[in-house]
Amino acid sequence: MTDDLIARLSADLKPVRPMAMQRLLFGATLVSTLVAIVAMNMWLGMRPDLDTAMSTMNFWTKFGYTLSVAVLGGVATMALARPDGRIRWPWIAALGLLALLVIGAFIQLATAGPDDMMPLIIGGTSLVCPWRIVVLGLPMLLASIIALRRMAPANPTLAGFAAGIMAGGAGAWVYSFACAENGMMFLALWYTLGILIVGVLGAVLGRFLLRW
Amino acid sequence: MQTDPTEKRLRALMLASLDGDAAAYRSLLAELGRHLRPYFTRRLTPAFASHAEDLVQDTLLAIHTRRMTYDRNRPFTAWLHAVAHHKFVDHVRRQSIRLTVPLEDDAPIFAHDDSADAIARRDLDVVLEAVPPRTSDLIRRTKVDGASVAEAAAAHGISETAAKVSIHRGLKSLAARFAGGPK
Repeated sequence: MTDDLIARLSADLKPVRPMAMQRLLFGATLVSTLVAIVAMNMWLGMRPDLDTAMSTMNFWTKFGYTLSVAVLGGVATMALARPDGRIRWPWIAALGLLALLVIGAFIQLATAGPDDMMPLIIGGTSLVCPWRIVVLGLPMLLASIIALRRMAPANPTLAGFAAGIMAGGAGAWVYSFACAENGMMFLALWYTLGILIVGVLGAVLGRFLLRW
Repeated sequence: MQTDPTEKRLRALMLASLDGDAAAYRSLLAELGRHLRPYFTRRLTPAFASHAEDLVQDTLLAIHTRRMTYDRNRPFTAWLHAVAHHKFVDHVRRQSIRLTVPLEDDAPIFAHDDSADAIARRDLDVVLEAVPPRTSDLIRRTKVDGASVAEAAAAHGISETAAKVSIHRGLKSLAARFAGGPK
């Protein structure tokens, strides 16, 4: 029986390219990012003041925070997709980034006038912002879960969570071109909430879909 | 980097397999099968030893379908162990095997032998003849049939203390006679 299996498997052998796993995940993220960008343009459109925003610190803070979280989530996903994969530093780094952001947010609030406080925290879109991030993160979440199904995560739930954080970060990054909020506290609260929702979604999907 | 010969050989086979060398792959899988069988058998309780072959096949299949997740720069045996461990844990959970012997399998076939029982009973009769009949009956009731001292005493119409003393003396004299004491 086992000999039959070995014969069948070796007859089925196809070469595996070096870095095949990285290529697969990278391809999945690239395609899904493009899908999210197109979806964002058709659904929400770029923020009208993009040209002036690009010269502000707040725009680049959003840009940097979301992209860094996406990359850290991607690094974690890549490690956790292996049966012998363990990794902790991306989580610590992401929490460190969030801590820096919160410190920056308090400095921004301290220097702002009392009338500017609420717009910097709640803004005008805090109720829709997390959900838009979830929607824009879904393409990458689904693509990476599909890719991960061919891999061997030792902990499917955790691997799904990592993929969710990556997808949430990417969705938030795409959304940052459409969102006209300028508050760092807004970013720290509502963007982070949106990213976490995608992360939890990934953990649930991972638990059921990434078992092997 | 210091590596043991098994790791070196298996890793070389794995790298050749990833490049599409079917002969190397076949000998790799055959050797892994030989390593995995005792690995799983050791980890399963005897009652589930028959699952080892399923686990070997599951693991070989997982090695095949998920070989992309092996990082060529890392030790192969560590990756293999992780896959085998995952398959083992998954199997145990899926079958909801408690890693103890289940009750219905815990009745060993050779524990109860009726003829040996009869011989022991006859030996006991011979031995108990060495003490007075009342003492031998008290010992039989309390030590063999499982009655309490009070019940045995009541059957003979004596006090519990008297029964205890009688049993104690009887056992002591039997021990002196049969337990390797001076003849």
